[in-house]
Amino acid sequence: MKPDSLAQRIIPVLAILIAIVAIWYVAAYFMNAPFQRDLDRRANVTSTTMEFIGKTMAQPKPILPAPHQVVSNVFENTFLRSVTSNRSLVYHSWVTLSSTVLGFTMGTLTGILIAVGIVHLKALDRSLMPWIIASQTVPILAVAPMVIVVLGALNITGLLPKALISTYLSFFPVAVGMVKGLRSPEIIQLDLMRTYYASGAQTFWKLRVPASIPFLFTSMKVAIAASLVGAIVGELPTGAVAGIGSKLLAGAYYSQTIDIWAALIAGSVLAAFLVAIVGIIAKIVDRSMGGRPA
Amino acid sequence: MPMNNAPSSVVSASKLGLTFETGDGPVHALSNVDLTVNKGDFVSFIGPSGCGKTTFLRVIADLEKATAGEITVNGMTPEEARKSRSYGYVFQAPALYPWRTIEKNIALPLEIMGYSSVDRKARIERTLDLVNLAGFGKKYPWQLSGGMQQRASIARALAFDADLLLMDEPFGALDEIVRDHLNEQLLKLWARTEKTICFVTHSIPEAVYLSTRIVVMSPRPGRVTDVIESTLPKERPLEIRETPEFLEIAHRVREGLRAGHSYEE
Repeated sequence: MKPDSLAQRIIPVLAILIAIVAIWYVAAYFMNAPFQRDLDRRANVTSTTMEFIGKTMAQPKPILPAPHQVVSNVFENTFLRSVTSNRSLVYHSWVTLSSTVLGFTMGTLTGILIAVGIVHLKALDRSLMPWIIASQTVPILAVAPMVIVVLGALNITGLLPKALISTYLSFFPVAVGMVKGLRSPEIIQLDLMRTYYASGAQTFWKLRVPASIPFLFTSMKVAIAASLVGAIVGELPTGAVAGIGSKLLAGAYYSQTIDIWAALIAGSVLAAFLVAIVGIIAKIVDRSMGGRPA
Repeated sequence: MPMNNAPSSVVSASKLGLTFETGDGPVHALSNVDLTVNKGDFVSFIGPSGCGKTTFLRVIADLEKATAGEITVNGMTPEEARKSRSYGYVFQAPALYPWRTIEKNIALPLEIMGYSSVDRKARIERTLDLVNLAGFGKKYPWQLSGGMQQRASIARALAFDADLLLMDEPFGALDEIVRDHLNEQLLKLWARTEKTICFVTHSIPEAVYLSTRIVVMSPRPGRVTDVIESTLPKERPLEIRETPEFLEIAHRVREGLRAGHSYEE
């Protein structure tokens, strides 16, 4: 099969993007029109339809900001501000990113350790697995404030409590994926090791671990996105002073809808960036392990 | 050649039986198998599915435990033989590790058994040469055809010092042209390495062409119904399969299979 050309891959995505933006503009008009009509009546202004549409797209605190308002806000707060400024999206993204990455790293390591335990100890398989699944049914939004408060009482503040919430969300996909990955060798491959009288450690390092690598990366892609959500959720209940979560919260407090949307965009870009990085590392590792080029 | 002579017997089974306990009651995979494989023999096991030929091979390899009778491999129990790495096993599928190159796949048993890296290199080169894969060491398994992959897996089984080679339908998944070619190569390899080979197959021509002895088996319960000594010379070009002598042996194998009622189901 011939691989799709770049244009073939980009055009469908672009078409959807254009559709979304168009719908967004229409929605922005209808959401903001009643308030604008109210304003105009009180100020006794009459405007042409075009002028009126223009005004619905230029409110300082619109119910639904128009795409260009959000874009200009993102642009302004990303490129035109010093990165140390409290209004810089780069600064807030960095704060969230650092706790995401810390939490993700801890979560991945925890997930791998749990998986190794589950695969090797029948008792752990029976006892731990139900708890791991149950852990993910607990609403994180309810747990996050307690974690922050309890750790705060123990004088643990700053990065770690937020990162722990990311850990909590990210260990699960890694644990489940790695259990599957470590168990993925076929019977014939395990029999082969048996005919060599290979030790448990040799079978683990030479067969189970390499076999699990593709599973690890697939689950890491899910885990890194979950970590970001965890970091943002962790910033919400703390009245955190920095981070994308605090930007969202502050925007909600002061009805700075444009700021909320800008923070949302920053979060999405961050997520896409993180998933892409994991994806690129996965590709490099796959190549070095003799993966067939797709 | 001396028969049933203790020092020269590599595999010796007497009254061997294996019963699997399943939900539907016991399955007699092997019952009352008496067999001796001598050093340097090429013994084929032939029979329909369920006759226990693969099970017998797996008992030799200590991948299954017999539930009755006695078996020794190199004068030891199968478990001791496995632990002293007395045999190389070739499975139905190549079972190469996809993340290792061909030479790294061959290195796998050598790494596990603790051969030095210099020794490993020499052995990889020698065995790749034995199976005519010289120059393919740096390729990954997916870059090779099915026949080449199976040859690589044979090289892997030959890389360490085991005198016994157990082969479980190694060419079963390959087309006939490739299979003929590999059979020819296997005979040459057997002559060069002087290994003892136990070979499971369900192809009559393959069994007759390759073997010094053919063990005919039949199912329910899995048992040996005939053991045929081949009268063919050790030197066997592919054309030997057209000779009356060859056809005579093939006929006897077919008769043996029929006597086991294997075609009446």
